Amino acid sequence: MLINKNKRLMIFLVSLITFLIIFKFLFNTLRSNTIYFFSPSEILKLSKLPEKKIRIGGMVKKNSINEKGDKYEFVLTDFNQEISVTYSGILPNLFVEGQGAVVEGKLVSRKYFIGTKILAKHDENYMPKEVADSLKKINNTKKIK
Amino acid sequence: MKNIFNSRRIINIHNSYLDLLKIIFLILLIIGLSLSFFYSPADYLQGETVRIMYVHVPSSWLALMIFSAMSVCSLISLIFKYRIFTIFTKSLAPIGFTFSLISIFTGSLWGQPTWGTFWTWDARLTSMMLLVFLYISYIMSWVLIKNIFTAEKISSLISIFGLANIPLIKYSVIWWNTLHQPASIKFLEKSTIHESMLTPLILMFFAFACFSLMVFLIRFKVESFKLKVLREKK
Repeated sequence: MLINKNKRLMIFLVSLITFLIIFKFLFNTLRSNTIYFFSPSEILKLSKLPEKKIRIGGMVKKNSINEKGDKYEFVLTDFNQEISVTYSGILPNLFVEGQGAVVEGKLVSRKYFIGTKILAKHDENYMPKEVADSLKKINNTKKIK
Repeated sequence: MKNIFNSRRIINIHNSYLDLLKIIFLILLIIGLSLSFFYSPADYLQGETVRIMYVHVPSSWLALMIFSAMSVCSLISLIFKYRIFTIFTKSLAPIGFTFSLISIFTGSLWGQPTWGTFWTWDARLTSMMLLVFLYISYIMSWVLIKNIFTAEKISSLISIFGLANIPLIKYSVIWWNTLHQPASIKFLEKSTIHESMLTPLILMFFAFACFSLMVFLIRFKVESFKLKVLREKK
C-alpha cells in the first residue's frame, strides 16, 4: 500500500514537472501570438505595418476629440507615444476623454489609424459620482497651486 | 485522520446545520440585494449598470474557487485514494459550472452598454470560456463513461490539468492587453472600489458562498447515496 502511494506520488511529480515545462513553452508562444490590442509604443516598434485589421488601445487624450458631422478624430496615447485615429459611426456611451478605448481598424502609417469599430475600456475604479467630482476638485486645486 | 472525512459524519453535520445555513443565506441575500439595488450609489461613469457587478464578481470568484477546490480534492483522491474526495469533487462540479455560466452571461450583459459589445476574444473572456468547457467536460465524463472507476480517473485528471487555467484567468488581465479591466480588489493593496460599493459586493459574495455550501451538502448526500446503491448492485 505504502509503495503504491509513493509510486503514485512520483508519477504525479514527474508529470507535474513535464506539464509545467510544456505549459511554459505554450505560454510563451501564446503570449507573443495572441495580442488583443497594440499600444501606440508597440506600433512604433513593429518591423512592418500589418496588412490585416488590428486593434490599438490606449487613453483618449484630453481635449483631442474633434467632431465633423458623423466623423470623429481623436488621439490615443499611452503617455509615451501617440497615434491619431479617425472614425465614423456611433460612439459607445463610455467613450470619453481621459478614459481608455480600443479601436479596431487599419493602420495607415505608424501615426495614423482608420477605425471601423470602437470599444470603450473601463478601468478598475468604481466610485459614486459625488466622490469622482470631489476628487476632480482636489486635483484641480492642486494644479492651480 | 480518515475519520474526519467519514461520509456518515458529514451527513450528520448536514442534517443539523442545514437549517441554520438556510437562515444565514436568506439574511445575507436580503441585505446584500437591497444594498446592491437600492442603497448603493450609481457609478460616476457606468451609471446604473454597475449593479450587475454585484452578481458578476461574486459568481466569477466562486467559479474559480470551486474549480481550485475540485482540483485539490481530485489530487487527494487520485494519489492517496481517499474515495470520499471524489464525491466532494463530483458534488461541487455543477455548482461551479452554474456560477461560471452566470459570470459569463452577466458579464456580456454588462459588456454591451459599457464596452459596446457582448463578446470579444480577449484573454480574460477566452480563458473564462475555457473554464466553462472544463466544467462541462468534467461533468460529461461522469455521464458518458459507464465504468465508474474509469470515470473517476478521467474526470480527476480533467480537473487536475484544468487547474493550470485558474492562474491564467486570474492573471490574464496583467499578462496580456485585455479589454477586461484589471482586478479592483487586491490582496495587499487598497481596493479601487469605493466602500459604499464594496460592502454589497462582499455581502453578496458571502451569500453566494453560503448558497454553494448549502447545495454542496445536499448534493453530497445524494452523490454518496448513489455510490452506495451502485456498490450494493455489484
